[in-house]
Amino acid sequence: MSQQSPQMNGTKAWLLTDTPGSAFQAASGRFYLGLLDFFRNRLAVVGLLIIVTLVITALFAPLIAPYDPVAANLANRLQPLSADHWFGTDELGRDIFSRIVWGSRLTLYVIILVAIIAAPVGILVGTVAGFFGGIIDTVLMRITDIFLAFPKLILALAFVAALGPGIENAIIAIAITSWPPYARISRAETITIRNSDFIRAIRLQGAGPLRIITKHIMPLCLSSLIVRVTLDMAGIILTAAGLGFLGLGAQPPSPEWGAMTSAGRSFILDQWWLITMPGTAIFVVSLAFNLLGDGLREVLDPKSDS
Amino acid sequence: MLQMLTKRRLTKALRQTLRLLIIVATTFVGLLLITFLIGRVVPIDPVLAVVGDKAPPEVYEKARIAMGLHLPLWQQFVIYIGNVLQGDLGTSVLTAKPVTEDILRVFPATIELAVTATIIGVLAGIPLGVFSAVKRDSILDHITRVIGLLGYSLPIFWLGLMALMVFYAQLDWLPGPGRLDVFYEDIVEPVTGIMIIDCIIAGEWDIMKNAIWHLILPASLLGYYSMAYLSRMTRSFMIEQLRQEYILTARVKGVAEWKVIWVHAVGNCAIPLITVVALSFGGLLEGSVLTETVFAWPGLGLYLTTSLLNADMNAVLGSTIVVGSIFLGVNLLSDFLYKVMDPRAR
Repeated sequence: MSQQSPQMNGTKAWLLTDTPGSAFQAASGRFYLGLLDFFRNRLAVVGLLIIVTLVITALFAPLIAPYDPVAANLANRLQPLSADHWFGTDELGRDIFSRIVWGSRLTLYVIILVAIIAAPVGILVGTVAGFFGGIIDTVLMRITDIFLAFPKLILALAFVAALGPGIENAIIAIAITSWPPYARISRAETITIRNSDFIRAIRLQGAGPLRIITKHIMPLCLSSLIVRVTLDMAGIILTAAGLGFLGLGAQPPSPEWGAMTSAGRSFILDQWWLITMPGTAIFVVSLAFNLLGDGLREVLDPKSDS
Repeated sequence: MLQMLTKRRLTKALRQTLRLLIIVATTFVGLLLITFLIGRVVPIDPVLAVVGDKAPPEVYEKARIAMGLHLPLWQQFVIYIGNVLQGDLGTSVLTAKPVTEDILRVFPATIELAVTATIIGVLAGIPLGVFSAVKRDSILDHITRVIGLLGYSLPIFWLGLMALMVFYAQLDWLPGPGRLDVFYEDIVEPVTGIMIIDCIIAGEWDIMKNAIWHLILPASLLGYYSMAYLSRMTRSFMIEQLRQEYILTARVKGVAEWKVIWVHAVGNCAIPLITVVALSFGGLLEGSVLTETVFAWPGLGLYLTTSLLNADMNAVLGSTIVVGSIFLGVNLLSDFLYKVMDPRAR
């Protein structure tokens, strides 16, 4: 490869060499190629940009939002879009733009926490089931299937009913219903690599199951897991917003987008901006995660095309 | 020889059926375990809910024993399974009626919605998927992709509200929330619970027309999500089929192109499509929770959320069990159809 394109500069040649000198060089080269692939997919880049914007908005919410997101100002209620209030004001006179900006924190909070709780549980259950096989596999997979067999939102609703409404409980409920697909994927990956030669070699060197699973199997499950988690983010956002809409997620006055949409329901006859603005925010962010997920799938998981 | 073969086949079929039954039974018990445990951890004391907080300790204790709460947990669970199997889901605190009776009353409304939506999804989604697989990267294919992407990204409750805002509040083309206009309510005797059929039975054509107008928006909303999912799946099944050599053979033989696509290829997609349609029906039950809330549609979804907000645990868990069981039943049915239709799976 390096002979064919002599005009390549030093870094690029180092990244794309056929004979990498170290594991780090090989990994960087692969990463670079993946990056090129990813940036060729324009929609995925758009998704990534939207998510970066979301993160920046969440981080700098106090600087970006021109008004207080929760303080009511009844004299100013239900104002249409204007230079002062870009997205208008709601039924308590709060600036909708400011509330959406602050709400980005809640959205990010939900998806990060759900991912942090559900992904490790899923990967742990899946790798352990796949690695040990036999009765452990059967029992763990039966439990996984039970959770998979029921609609996510209904199960999440039942858990919220038990735990009580609130954003933390909504996160727990969504996490409880999100881990099973991750377990399935990790198990499938584990089974394909369980009997490969490198695992045998490691075992012959005296590595125990704990070491094999955490150091050698889990890293190989990560790429398909990342794709799946990214694609699930959209669903998690929609479920969390749905719970908020039903009044079971974030409680007022917190500026959660689903709850904001619900509050605007009484005003659909004359004040369209009350439901349009927060709903659009939910839609744009979940669309971004779908685009990013599709792009990542093409880069990280070449097996599943179409 | 032949006898032996059929015998072996029979025992194999028997073993498969048994295996399937065991899986279904454990899944069902698992669901009951989840709902049972949820019912136990709720911070509401079921005894207090019955006797009130001013009851003397003897009355409280008596009620506790009468409700079986003094037994060990596993015994309570066994009793719980027995009750559920007999159709006893407890009493609703909110309506003071048995939960089973409540669910039977509200469920036909949900079925009406979900079945109409499935019909819309199948009639629109499958042809769309077929066309975009045949003409890949055409404008139609891009449209299908956008429909799919929007279906995975648009919050259903928001799309429903926007539709209400446009078609009801602004244009006034369609009626608002609810199943009927207010002055038509409680006229038709609920026989099946499905409004359109009941109107036909009663011969109330005006009310039936009104019911259909009310059904259009929520059913199209759910139908859109069904269509988004079905068109995407149909497209990938068809692309897979069109790659096969039998398609080439048929074309070489001179079979008409429409026949190659709609008879040969679609015929071979029928089996996976059944599974996908079944899954989408299950998804619609889930979507109906939010849709019914938006459209004040008096079905199971609205019943579930109303009970949730009023901490009516028996009603919540009862609805969960019903929806879960239907989900399980639909999956089982699609598995069964798969086996019947696909000779390779026998």
